Amino acid sequence: MNSLYRTMLFVPGNAPAKLTKAEIYGADCVIFDLEDAVSVQEKDAARDLVRTFLSTYHLDCRVGIRVNAQDTPYYEEDVKAMVPLKPDFLRLPKSETAKNMQDLDVFMSQCEKEAGIPEGTVKIVATIETALGVQNAFEIATASKRILGIGLGAEDFRTDMRMTRSEDGQEILYARNRISLAAHAAGVMPLDYVYSNFKNTEGFTADVRFGKMLGFTCKSVIHPSQIPLVHAVYDPTEKEIEHAKQVLVVYDQAMAKGSGVIALNGKMIDMPMVTRAKAVLAYAKASGKEI
Amino acid sequence: MKLVKAAMAGTMEPSDVMVTVEPADDLTIDLESNVAKQFGASIKATALEVAKKMAITGAAIKLVDHGALDFTIRARMETALKRALKEGVQ
Repeated sequence: MNSLYRTMLFVPGNAPAKLTKAEIYGADCVIFDLEDAVSVQEKDAARDLVRTFLSTYHLDCRVGIRVNAQDTPYYEEDVKAMVPLKPDFLRLPKSETAKNMQDLDVFMSQCEKEAGIPEGTVKIVATIETALGVQNAFEIATASKRILGIGLGAEDFRTDMRMTRSEDGQEILYARNRISLAAHAAGVMPLDYVYSNFKNTEGFTADVRFGKMLGFTCKSVIHPSQIPLVHAVYDPTEKEIEHAKQVLVVYDQAMAKGSGVIALNGKMIDMPMVTRAKAVLAYAKASGKEI
Repeated sequence: MKLVKAAMAGTMEPSDVMVTVEPADDLTIDLESNVAKQFGASIKATALEVAKKMAITGAAIKLVDHGALDFTIRARMETALKRALKEGVQ
């Protein structure tokens, strides 16, 4: 298993064939969905199915579970049933305030205690889907030590904001920016939103590239075909890897000589460039590239 | 423990199993499966194990199997029995 979270693949929780195939597509993380992908009549069935599946199989990738929101009658049973399975995280929809996260944190601690699991084992990913949630992004991201990342639930956000939907997502630019900023400020993972038109691969790739420009390090995906497209955008190119190596060689040489001014191919090298070069090589290594 | 009503769980999709349970005096299992010859005994044993674990003493269980793995049989059995133990309309 690599250490990256480039892709989170949503898998409907009530479909046995989809559960068993979930990890074969190469996503860094799969999220078993008990929320939107499951009809209200089948919430109990999905919970039982995901539980028996994860009790039987160990997946060679990160595992998250999207539980139902706190204002639904399914939330408590979802959390109680899922925490003992020790997924990497629970993903909470409709995260609007710090209190939402703190309430979940306390409840999870209680479930961990009952299951004999060390407190804090299971992390939280917050999905922000309302105007209030976007406004409170930083408070949400810092509300609990369990917070692993925050991301935008774009469809519900558009509905809450009475937005008109565009293919390239212009209307959600501010929310994406604010969530990326809040996540970086809080030191948690910024998760980019689901691009639901999975047949539009060009539009999707452009959207992933733009998300990367905004600082996102992870994309939520709903179709296996989207996974390699995300990895191709997030993974450093050979050119970027070569440049990063050169920056670090020049930097190390300058440090050895005690030189204060560093240049590569006529361009000054400063500390942020060195930091980025190190990050590029670490990412390349984690994604399995030769460096 | 006795069931209070009939209930179902599962689907007719591939890799799934449709479980129907009804109140009865004894535990009985009826299985329809394309692989009954090879795995019938194992499927029935799994279903029976779930019922016994839930302390069910009377239920007429019908399984229509479409290639379900063990974890699916267990989950669908559990869901059907829990639904059948609850009062009210399903």
